Amino acid sequence: MEEDIRKDIKWAQINRDVLHSMQRPRRVYWIMLSVCIALVGAGAYAVAYQYNYGMGAALLNRPQMWGLYIATFVFWIGVSHSGTLLSAILHITQSDWRKPIYRSAEAMTAFSVMTAGLFPLIHLGRIWDFYWTMPYPNERSLWPNFRSPLLWDLVAIMTYLTSSLLFLYIGMIPDLAICRDNTTGWRHKLYGVLALGWQGTDRQWRNFRVTYLLMACFLIPLAVSVHSIVASDFAMSIMPGWHVTSFPPYFVSGALYSGCAGIITLFILLRYTFRYEDYLTFPILDKVCKLTFAIAMVWTYLNLIEFASVWYGHNMFDKEVLIEKASGPYAPFWWSMIVLGMILPFALLSHRIRRNMKLLMTVSLLLNVGMWLERWMIVSPTLAKNHEPYTWAYHWPGWVELTILAASFAWFTLLFLIFVKIFPSVSMYEVKEMLYHRRHVSDRLEREADDDSLVVAKEEAS
Amino acid sequence: MTVKRMIENWSAFRKSGQVGDEYYDHKDYRWGMVIDLNTCIGCNACVTACYAENNLPVVGKERFGRGLGMHWMRIERYWQTGEADETRTRYPEQGAQYTPMMCQQCEHAPCEPVCPVAATYHTPDGLNAQVYNRCVGSRYCSNNCPYKVRYFNFYSYTETWPSPLEQQLNPDISVRDKGVMEKCTFCVQRLRRAKNEAKNEHRLVNDGEVQTACQQSCPTQAIMFGNLSDAESRVSKSWQKHKMEFGHHENKKQQTTQRGYRALEELNTEPSVMYLERVRDEDI
Repeated sequence: MEEDIRKDIKWAQINRDVLHSMQRPRRVYWIMLSVCIALVGAGAYAVAYQYNYGMGAALLNRPQMWGLYIATFVFWIGVSHSGTLLSAILHITQSDWRKPIYRSAEAMTAFSVMTAGLFPLIHLGRIWDFYWTMPYPNERSLWPNFRSPLLWDLVAIMTYLTSSLLFLYIGMIPDLAICRDNTTGWRHKLYGVLALGWQGTDRQWRNFRVTYLLMACFLIPLAVSVHSIVASDFAMSIMPGWHVTSFPPYFVSGALYSGCAGIITLFILLRYTFRYEDYLTFPILDKVCKLTFAIAMVWTYLNLIEFASVWYGHNMFDKEVLIEKASGPYAPFWWSMIVLGMILPFALLSHRIRRNMKLLMTVSLLLNVGMWLERWMIVSPTLAKNHEPYTWAYHWPGWVELTILAASFAWFTLLFLIFVKIFPSVSMYEVKEMLYHRRHVSDRLEREADDDSLVVAKEEAS
Repeated sequence: MTVKRMIENWSAFRKSGQVGDEYYDHKDYRWGMVIDLNTCIGCNACVTACYAENNLPVVGKERFGRGLGMHWMRIERYWQTGEADETRTRYPEQGAQYTPMMCQQCEHAPCEPVCPVAATYHTPDGLNAQVYNRCVGSRYCSNNCPYKVRYFNFYSYTETWPSPLEQQLNPDISVRDKGVMEKCTFCVQRLRRAKNEAKNEHRLVNDGEVQTACQQSCPTQAIMFGNLSDAESRVSKSWQKHKMEFGHHENKKQQTTQRGYRALEELNTEPSVMYLERVRDEDI
């Protein structure tokens, strides 16, 4: 069997490779950076335009009060589940193959929450009064409505953002110390402050381990609850197609799904741009692909359950929405979602596709397109076929919504581009740990296991 | 900051109101309506009256077509399905059915619990109130409204009334700007005035003392409005006659004369508006 990582990599080599990735960027980097900044600027213009003219700029209408903004919000919250899954859950289960990739997955988490958090604000009719949704001291002793899922959302997202940023930072401290010791100038000062005086003493390592484990344990239930609460935005309503009991687990699995697909994309991009072939290896990619496939099947199962319960439930309104999805004007998008979300993941089972980087990249991007369509297909068809036939209407996005959607991707990429040049995108100390474990501990364990079986064989023979 | 007060009222914060609660007693007033579809001719006079009374902006043909109309009341037109008989094919409008639809002032309003800033709440009079100044425009209330009678200011319509048209605005009610949700209030400004007058004279509002704008303008008097807490009011009597009461949505129709129903009752929203079914020629 192929090894997850070559055992003969020198530790100095790891430092050199990772630190090299943070050095002077190439021209492609600057081009990408400028494109991202331009797109974010276009998005800011669209938001300002909408601010000026009112929400009508987004071409929403009466039954269709929510559109792409809420769909994209749910999508980005979904992508943010990658980091938690890869770092926290796989840390608890001691799957050490996560080590070379988890840093970028955590960064992905933090940045996608930062992207997602913008959307509920952009979609507010009176964005200038957004702070009214927070419980803050005021002389009129007004409180927000604690029964509203939107308030739960706000609390959950703020908590998730803070904890995932902390988690990313804590896991980076030993690496920041390495950066501190290998840089000069402003970088040296910056890393010096951020490394919090890390010396690598036993005591520091012990405290570090405990803190990291505690954060991981805290983050797992938090991640599950965040997307359950986002699901409550829909499930707590009485609308057909939203009022579904299975929405929280369905949303969580969908989130893990798009997060994993996002990691595959990121994996290939990092491997290619930073020449990380030694660290981001094919066996690790295989494992990520298999994980994605498993989660995709959970998601597919929950989806089918929902269809079945609607079909056999004989609730006229629910059924109408399902028929609308499959045969109305939104049908092309809904069927694409079915194909991309349920059938395409089977491609991940093929060894040939997993080794073809271009093809795998396309597949992973398409999976996320499918997941984005899924969110849109949750929001719009329900509102199109609501309880009141007189108001049935559709919503098609205009330039404002589409620009803001594109800008959100650019904003996410921009944050990531800045991140990879300032912070180590592969965890140096964890890769060293992994190597050490592979070189010494695993071999010893294997030898001991062999010895044990010899003893057993001897006993049986005697 | 009144954290103490919040802790004291925590159960009230958490609990959604239920019919039967003290808060939902509505000792003095519970405003309700009866709309007789038998007499409704679909003339839209009520809609026009509502525009005039409540400072509703006229959005223009293009925006109306996009579904951005701000009419708090609308006449919904449906055609009866079934076998097309001779009269129906010859005069298709005979099969038409009009339903004046406005905020049903639900007792279990789905819009109330979902508002993040509590801009919509239940008044002790049984009204579903909307505080324009508190609204941040999340539009969740409209999404959760099964009747889709909440209207959002997608644009700023303050220019709808160029000078001197602004002189015709009703001074008793504010003009809303963009980003705010609004809806039928049962002409709350009229209710307030009537209640204040009655209070000064140490009595309750008499039946028929207050009229909503739609009721006032209805040429066939299809709309009846009044206080359901007053057992002697016309609406109360109509509700009793048609065996309609809060908390029971399985309306047993024992006789054909019981024509009362409430829109989408099965969703358990407990609307305060009762419709009386239309009697057709073939039913007799």
